[in-house]
Amino acid sequence: MNKIFGVVLAVIGGFALGGIALYRQEPINSLWIVVASVCMYLLGYRFYAAWIAAKVYLVDPTRATPAERLNNGRDFVPTQKWVAFGHHFAAIAGPGPLVGPTLAAQFGYLPGTLWIIVGAVLGGCVQDMTMLMLSMRRDGRSLGQMARDELGPFGGFAALIGTLMIMIILIAVLGLVVVNAMKHSPWATSTVFATIPVAILVGFYMRSWRPGRVLEASLIGVSLIALAVFGGGWIDQSGMRDAFDYGGTSLAWFVIVYGLLAAILPVWLLLAPRDYLSTFLKLGTVFLLAIAILLMHPQIKMPAITQFVDGSGPIFTGKVFPFVFITIACGAVSGFHALVSSGTTPKLISNERDVRLIGYGSMALESLVAIMAMIAATLLDPGVFFAINVGAGIAGATPEAAVHTISGWGFPVTVDQMAQLAKDMGEKSLFARTGGAPSLAVGMASIFGSSFGRGLLSIWYHFAIMFEAVFILTTIDAGTRVGRFMLQDLLGHVSEPLGRTSWYPSVVLSSFLIVAGWGYFLYVGVIDPNGGINILWPLFGISNQMLAAIALSVATGIIIKNSKPVYALVTGGPLAWLALITTVAAWQKIVSPDPKLGFFAAASDMASKLAAGALPPEKAAVAPQLIFNQRLDGWLTVLFTAILWLVILDMARICVRRLSGKEVARSSEAPYQPTKLESLPLPGDLHGAAPAGH
Amino acid sequence: MNQVVATAGSAALRWLAAGWSYIRAVSGDDAYERYLSHHAAEHPDQPPMNRKDFFVQRQQQKWTGVTRCC
Repeated sequence: MNKIFGVVLAVIGGFALGGIALYRQEPINSLWIVVASVCMYLLGYRFYAAWIAAKVYLVDPTRATPAERLNNGRDFVPTQKWVAFGHHFAAIAGPGPLVGPTLAAQFGYLPGTLWIIVGAVLGGCVQDMTMLMLSMRRDGRSLGQMARDELGPFGGFAALIGTLMIMIILIAVLGLVVVNAMKHSPWATSTVFATIPVAILVGFYMRSWRPGRVLEASLIGVSLIALAVFGGGWIDQSGMRDAFDYGGTSLAWFVIVYGLLAAILPVWLLLAPRDYLSTFLKLGTVFLLAIAILLMHPQIKMPAITQFVDGSGPIFTGKVFPFVFITIACGAVSGFHALVSSGTTPKLISNERDVRLIGYGSMALESLVAIMAMIAATLLDPGVFFAINVGAGIAGATPEAAVHTISGWGFPVTVDQMAQLAKDMGEKSLFARTGGAPSLAVGMASIFGSSFGRGLLSIWYHFAIMFEAVFILTTIDAGTRVGRFMLQDLLGHVSEPLGRTSWYPSVVLSSFLIVAGWGYFLYVGVIDPNGGINILWPLFGISNQMLAAIALSVATGIIIKNSKPVYALVTGGPLAWLALITTVAAWQKIVSPDPKLGFFAAASDMASKLAAGALPPEKAAVAPQLIFNQRLDGWLTVLFTAILWLVILDMARICVRRLSGKEVARSSEAPYQPTKLESLPLPGDLHGAAPAGH
Repeated sequence: MNQVVATAGSAALRWLAAGWSYIRAVSGDDAYERYLSHHAAEHPDQPPMNRKDFFVQRQQQKWTGVTRCC
């Protein structure tokens, strides 16, 4: 029966995927993409993941998990597998898979879509499942601890530095996305501002008035936020409009101050309630988007492949290889997931065989979110897509100049069309709204509008913007806090009191340092006339893939020690690919003489123009900061690449010793204990518990 | 006929109840009840924390590691 199911899946999936890849005459329907991706995830889950679980990790349903052995009713709790799946998916799903595919759509829908599917099935899902498995066998140890135990002190240190760097770049780039979405949009700005008092109210409700009533409080909060979307429309039409009309720099300062406050205030006041709200919004919106795409199944208007694969792309520069793989990290392979998979979730797993569903399955679902973002970006007229996503520095500062440039690329668009679209969406202008959020919101509004009522386009648009902003602000809060803990851990080696996470001066100092780190990159991104995203997003992609490569190195080292060496290809294969693409991308960003691509080339180019007095005054004023920033980004890329290769060499050293029969550090796996746990029923299960082992 | 409607109705109600329990479990709304039953089973000699203290402690612990991603 299972075999027939597999064959049917393979035939449908292969047919759909082949259809996507070969069908070029007419616009393709988005349903093909959905069908192809879902079939591939199911095939990967049914066969590849099952094989890895059985052969490589020797999953043993009779072995007691840490949740059972160390059950304390708090963080170590045996949890039903679908509940743990829900927790894990909510933890890994962030704004990343919404932004990356939108930017990568400049290459056409095909390269990004294929990478999202193949990257997830063979790389990302495998990484997540692997980290979950390895951490679970080691009592829920973190990636950093496992790197130290299995590779040595250097590996552990590299993982810590890598995580801290990626956190800073990630928060900066997400902050930039949210600033660009709110820039000169009183509707969006007032709605996003309103989410802060709503979160505080929810915080008081859950802590003081009705302690722990999470669902009641979230329901109230989500309703208030929905009201705020309508309220923002009212403000936009009223005399209060100007009070919420801000430029990029003011909004950047707002995000910076907000991030600092959220990091030093108690979690119950802002961070925790906001997280509940954003999780509900996130899951609800993703679910709604999936239904709307199935109902509407829009035509894809973007060509399969555009001329920008040659590296001349206007959203970011660089050839399709390696840059499509760098731009789409979350949704295909995201190193960040290794942190979540080796933290909270392994302490919840009640039986080893659940790892496949929770690790591989959650990532497959996240990858499907990235596919939906790709559909939302490519169903727009390509001319409109580029008009929204290309910075004024490249397309031209006036609407006339921009439509002229973009139509000249072969993607016709008119000033009237853009004006009508902006009016429909309740915005003043949609030109040069870089960062991916506005174009995703336009795409989502079109899908929701045609599925659930066209008259509400502007409401849907601002709902989508608010949804992304709430999401991103949560990542900013949580990321700053995690960065603070890591920094305190590092500072603790210098001076003992600084390492105490509850000592208030240390909390303020380390939070300030982290916020200053990402605040700097955010500020420079905002003043950059080309939009900033084109610089920061590749840097984020490279750092995220570097973290994935560190995680896969740790995993490969462990497999080599414990299992048949040939099985190391399961993680070694994706590792080799990630090492290749990050190194090629980093190499090009460092040495390319093209000022649009190379960081150092851009710095020298701008410096010589500044010296010759060839820059217009408003550009000359910010040029010194931009020049410094390009050089800094260049050196950061050098640092990332160096860390990556040192970790790979450290892992290779272990492999060589093991294969030549020499002594290696013992694996730190916790010893076997038989499980006494019965299989857990679903909460409120109709059929009761099944006996263990079936 | 009435029999069929009644059966279908009670099945639908049971499914709704199951869905509700699932949402409560995933969101952590039932965490205190779970804690009480764990506590009663493991430490029957000690008094359990009250609802508010439990929630404060649980929230503090949740936000001490990497719990959210990009």
